[in-house]
Amino acid sequence: MTTNPKGDEGKTAALVLGCPQVPVQTGIALYLSYSLKKEGIEPVIAGNRAARALIDISDPSRHYVEKFLDLDLYIELLAEKKQDFDYHFVFIHNDAGVSYAATIQALSPAPVIVLVYGEHFREVSDMIEFPCEKIAAKAVHNPMPLRRKLDEVLPWLVSSQ
Amino acid sequence: MACVESMNYEILLRNASFRECRDYVRSHCAEYVDVSPGYRLFDMHMIGVPPISIGLDGDTIVFPFTKPCYGTYLLKIEDRSEAEKVRALKKRK
Repeated sequence: MTTNPKGDEGKTAALVLGCPQVPVQTGIALYLSYSLKKEGIEPVIAGNRAARALIDISDPSRHYVEKFLDLDLYIELLAEKKQDFDYHFVFIHNDAGVSYAATIQALSPAPVIVLVYGEHFREVSDMIEFPCEKIAAKAVHNPMPLRRKLDEVLPWLVSSQ
Repeated sequence: MACVESMNYEILLRNASFRECRDYVRSHCAEYVDVSPGYRLFDMHMIGVPPISIGLDGDTIVFPFTKPCYGTYLLKIEDRSEAEKVRALKKRK
């Protein structure tokens, strides 16, 4: 089932944010939203209150993101088959992020793309054993390594799915 | 159903990994049931890497509880009806 929040035929992508304690998360989420919109895909931010608020105040005119979802509600919508998205981009920098990504992969037939970053990105990435596309880089304060990898694979990801 | 966070719970493990929680449940609880992510326990859909092990000991339930900023806690809550609901899953398997 794929039903986007507007009820029209456009594609949607959920950007599932983790704890915003790693600085690159908000910047990369906004950049990914911009990149998805260029591809005609509507981004929807799913996160806890702090993660959503950081995006919210960074894009007050809603150039990049118009839709937000509470993280618990997003999981509930998937679990109860009330709504799904065409893509799920999951931001991961710790064990909890891996748990969320595994849950989303189990609940949705749509492709799951994980963005793994932070100081321990290799160890965290090695914990991911379920099927998904991985984009991983050692990005903590500097988002450029993750942005470069995203630029390399995003056009292929959204055109091949 | 009450929110888990407002219930009378005991924390067995804090800031644990999903593997540590699974291992603890399997080695410390009298019985356990494996469920898939999204299984509804109390008022929440469970988060975790499958299989998620829920422990049972009489009317007590032991389960992982994940939040993005706090990692995974292993919680222990006494609730007869919820324990019976989980135990019934085991009988169906």
